[in-house]
Amino acid sequence: MSASLGMFWLDGAESAAAFDPVLPGLIVLLPLLGFLANGWLALRHAERSADAVRRGEELDLDTGGRPSTHTLPSLIGPGVLLASFALVVVNFVRMSAVELHDPVVVRYWTWMATGTFTVDAALQFDQLSMIMMLVVTGVGFLIHVFSVGYMKDDPGYPRYFAYLNLFVFFMLVLVTGASFPVMFVGWEGVGLCSYLLIGFWFGDREKSDAGKKAFIVNRIGDFGFLVALFILFINFQTLDFVTVFGEAPEALTYGGGVVTAITLFLLLGAAGKSAQIPLYVWLPDAMAGPTPVSALIHAATMVTAGVYMVARASVLFALSPVGSVTVAGVGVATALFAATIALTQTDIKKVLAYSTVSQLGYMFLGVGVGAYAAGVFHLMTHAFFKALLFLGSGAVIHSMHHALHHTHNPADAQDMRNMGGMRRFMPFTALAMWIATLAIAGIWPFAGFFSKDEIIWYAGAAAVGPYAGLYTVYWVLALAAAMLTAFYMTRMMVMTFHGANRTGDEESKHLHEAPWTMTVPLGVLAVLSMFGGWINVPEAIRESFLGLGGALPMSEWLHHWLEPITHAATQVREEALLAAGALAGQEHDYGFLHHAPFGGGELTWALVSTVAAAVVVAGTVLWVRGWSLAPASESPEPTGFRKVLYDKWYVDELYDRIIVQPLLAVSRFFWRFIDQVIIDGFVNVVGGGARAVGWFVSLFQTGSVNTYAFVITLGVLAILGAVVAGG
Amino acid sequence: MTAFLEAIGYGSWGLHALVWLPLLGVAPVLVGPESRAKKVAFWWSAGVFVLSLGLWWSFVPGSAELQMASERPWIGAWGVHYALGVDGISLFMVLLTTFTTPVAILGAFNYIQKKERGFYALMLLLETGVVGVFLATDLFLFYVFFELTLVPMYFIVGVWGGERRVYAAVKFFLYTAFGSLLMLVAILYLHARAGALSGDPSFLIADLMRVPLSLQEQLWLFGAFALAFSIKVPLFPLHTWLPDAHVEAPTPGSVVLAAVLLKMGTYGFLRFLLPLFPAASAHPAVVSTMMILGVVGIIYAAWVAAVQPDAKKLVAYTSVAHMGFVVIGVFALTVNGLQGGLVVMISHGISTGALFLLLGMLYERRHTRLIAEFGGLARVAPMLATAFVITALASIGLPGTSGFVGEFLALLGAFEARPLLAILATTGVIFAGYYMLPMVQKVFFNALDRDENRQVADLSPREIAILAPLVVLMVGIGVNPAPIMERMEPSVRAVIERVEGVEVDLGLAELGVRADIDDPDEPESPEVAQ
Repeated sequence: MSASLGMFWLDGAESAAAFDPVLPGLIVLLPLLGFLANGWLALRHAERSADAVRRGEELDLDTGGRPSTHTLPSLIGPGVLLASFALVVVNFVRMSAVELHDPVVVRYWTWMATGTFTVDAALQFDQLSMIMMLVVTGVGFLIHVFSVGYMKDDPGYPRYFAYLNLFVFFMLVLVTGASFPVMFVGWEGVGLCSYLLIGFWFGDREKSDAGKKAFIVNRIGDFGFLVALFILFINFQTLDFVTVFGEAPEALTYGGGVVTAITLFLLLGAAGKSAQIPLYVWLPDAMAGPTPVSALIHAATMVTAGVYMVARASVLFALSPVGSVTVAGVGVATALFAATIALTQTDIKKVLAYSTVSQLGYMFLGVGVGAYAAGVFHLMTHAFFKALLFLGSGAVIHSMHHALHHTHNPADAQDMRNMGGMRRFMPFTALAMWIATLAIAGIWPFAGFFSKDEIIWYAGAAAVGPYAGLYTVYWVLALAAAMLTAFYMTRMMVMTFHGANRTGDEESKHLHEAPWTMTVPLGVLAVLSMFGGWINVPEAIRESFLGLGGALPMSEWLHHWLEPITHAATQVREEALLAAGALAGQEHDYGFLHHAPFGGGELTWALVSTVAAAVVVAGTVLWVRGWSLAPASESPEPTGFRKVLYDKWYVDELYDRIIVQPLLAVSRFFWRFIDQVIIDGFVNVVGGGARAVGWFVSLFQTGSVNTYAFVITLGVLAILGAVVAGG
Repeated sequence: MTAFLEAIGYGSWGLHALVWLPLLGVAPVLVGPESRAKKVAFWWSAGVFVLSLGLWWSFVPGSAELQMASERPWIGAWGVHYALGVDGISLFMVLLTTFTTPVAILGAFNYIQKKERGFYALMLLLETGVVGVFLATDLFLFYVFFELTLVPMYFIVGVWGGERRVYAAVKFFLYTAFGSLLMLVAILYLHARAGALSGDPSFLIADLMRVPLSLQEQLWLFGAFALAFSIKVPLFPLHTWLPDAHVEAPTPGSVVLAAVLLKMGTYGFLRFLLPLFPAASAHPAVVSTMMILGVVGIIYAAWVAAVQPDAKKLVAYTSVAHMGFVVIGVFALTVNGLQGGLVVMISHGISTGALFLLLGMLYERRHTRLIAEFGGLARVAPMLATAFVITALASIGLPGTSGFVGEFLALLGAFEARPLLAILATTGVIFAGYYMLPMVQKVFFNALDRDENRQVADLSPREIAILAPLVVLMVGIGVNPAPIMERMEPSVRAVIERVEGVEVDLGLAELGVRADIDDPDEPESPEVAQ
């Protein structure tokens, strides 16, 4: 469908007609209503289970009767998402039918207005928010459906859907907000839901800690976000997107200190939300939450908010070469660093967590090198295949739990060393996850091939103009990380699904394929992971055999679709490069983006990368299958460098040593010494002096504060009485 | 509504009623039986609150003038007036007070077990004092009310407080009495200068604002006033009375203390410091000093709060941090900063008041406030946990709650004036998470591993009735603060124009030109030239 719609845009056949969004507020409002309904059910259920807990019984989902605690949330939770998604699709169709240049802003009420600063509660509908809404509600709906099966027996079932609905509400506010402050409402709101859902099983201290860590680390990023807003405000006197981005090219000096400061502070905010160095540490811990939550929040949507924000503010980043090169640098460093940690992890969700951090790094690299559409493209394909991988791992864990539960085996259900050969029990899940693995590894023709390849290509292409040397380094590192990705993902797949089963003889009898509520979303996501990349195939590749010799219905659709958003940024970059003479002799129309890195054309590099990735995947399959793996309890501890990677380079320990503990020590010092010894010491001395004087005076008076207070009262009352009486 | 209020002449008697009705309520509370005292006090104060709602409709937005103003001579020889009036700044402080008092009284029902009549009488007396502080437009009258609030609070802490109540009460009393004594000296000096100038002594703020003071005089007087108000706020390093007072005070005492008594300090900044001593207030050294102290308070108090084993003391320290945001907003001397500061004052009153109520509810159930004694309460008290989490989030300024609006605008305004200090203050959003979330986690999450905690009951209907309006206000103001802000804007603007205008005039005055304080813009305006 999107194919033909895309053609409308390209043809420009229907123009002039304005885009009139259908029930735009309802898209956002529906999940909020779902939250309220589910939240109410959750509170009622919680009241009943609290009574049970007081009586010393266990929590039981059936306490309040299945219909209200299970049936209703199962209908409401995914239901509001489906309705929202349908509305988004309707609006997408309508937007595709017209040539929309400027965003449509829908204003609801004045939120804050001081006289010098005004911001409305307003939503913005344009090509970028449309793509984001499609991903959020579409993938979100699939994950809600999956959750119906996955969380079926959880005592917190209605609460789970309440939080999940609330998350979608805030995520939609984030991607549709028409100004930085409204975006920030969504920005911190999704952080709140992340906190609540990571610590969903709050009775477990470790999970609860992980939620808290996520919130606090995110707030470090939010600090950066806020400071960026303040700088923007004093330069523009407003924080509305349309005005800021419209005026930015004139109002801010290219490469100036102001815009660089803005972009670097925004980057701090983005790094917090999108788990980039140095603030990535919360995301691996966030795997403490239910696995569908990891899929929705910590892979497909929330963590991509930083990428969305950079794409949204692309014109600001284009104005700051330093800002851009830093974004790209942070991205590629994170991509490589997280990939090294993923190499040795044995917890299946930990592998996927570090993989997510790494892939987010690729998106940052993309938006950092000026390939905003490519960054958003990878955001989208990643949402498909990483949601699929997480949900697939959820199906595996679900199955493992049941098996281990049957024999009361305390083994870790998430440790891949306890798995092996799972494809025999869960063939459909195995197939779906292999598709996603080939997609993330960048094998043709899966979705990740097109999006990742495009980012790496543009990283190489950016090696003209400012910081050319650095961009060349980035390009090499990005290629290296891509090879690591192919390795660790294949390793994960082989350890999980192939070889002999290591769960245990009795246990393995209870391993089973997931129910349909879980496999159907897997299937849909598998289809998207296969073909989702075709919406943005480079023209050169489309014409070649890699693009089926022109048989694909379209090329570079997403790139064109997002042009109204990225146009200003592209123009800024191009003018700067022209002025610097870096584009001498090249065509002007996005010429620099078509600069071929290191002499190879797009097709050449696409071939090289897919062949290389395929070799790594094949080699890994052969190699890992040869390993003699033992269940976790019988496995030796990793040693040497392998241990350093396994222990995540000890970054958490480092942060604890140089930040957390010193902060606590200083806090205690402030309290115990400055507050209690210095200030109170002084006060007590003065107070003691006062009391000594009081003792002297007490030779004449009573000297007690009580008496003074009493006298003051009487005096005051007497005076006040005089007011009334005497007037 | 407006027509109805006009018909009953609300504008002429409303303010007087709001000041004196609570005091009048002392009589039925004291006369009636002990067991009925709380109900009488609650319904009486609830009636006062309903009456105060009339202010919302009779107040005309868009005007910086004092509204419903009245004055008549009281002590003629000294020029003391009984003068009341309300503007966009005091309006919300009065509403906050009349709203908080019945809520706090309702929260006291189970907590106060002895000498109930005396307690509730003091609560009503306190309300008269606080409302008087916010409505008085005569400096002497203000001072009388300001001192009046000291006394009931002293007894509330000293009689109904915890183990170290006497130490805390005396500390509270001496700290604040010391500050206000210096202010009294400054008031008398100002009065003398005004009398010498016009030959007609007066304590009316409007008259005192006309006294041309040299910069040096202003700085001295500013210092005396600022000390008194900064102790109330409390501003670092004058804050150490607050944690002790809060920990020892009974729940309703803490609620009123946090919600409205602290606001008298920052209200004093806005009502007296800035308008009376504009040149001193705008002096770069003064601005820097006050803002630095505010920033230090934000960070220092947050850090100290984070390591408190006692939940109530933790919240007490967070008050210091929040009031730091008010101080930087006010002394930024920008429209955004001042309005942000005012919204923080309202928001802090609601959310911190609610936190103290919630902690009181926990205390009534477990007879402890030590964080380590709790754990896993969300499993047995889900509604209490939900209310607590929402309140905590409002307190740390999550967008969509009242806390965010205030902090954001205060920081924005501060950034316009002193960017680096504002950036430092913005780290407060990180540290707010650092102190609040671990407490929430240790109390409500983690394992439910103590039998005492397992038996904790969830909210009673009375407690829901207390918390529900607070939660509604936190979210309501967070989502739609504009109706509040449009009412405060003109008054805030007037304060800033006063400060900025006189700064210029003072320069002229020193050159021997008459300082035309009332119309600083007139000479420049093109209409005059025509």
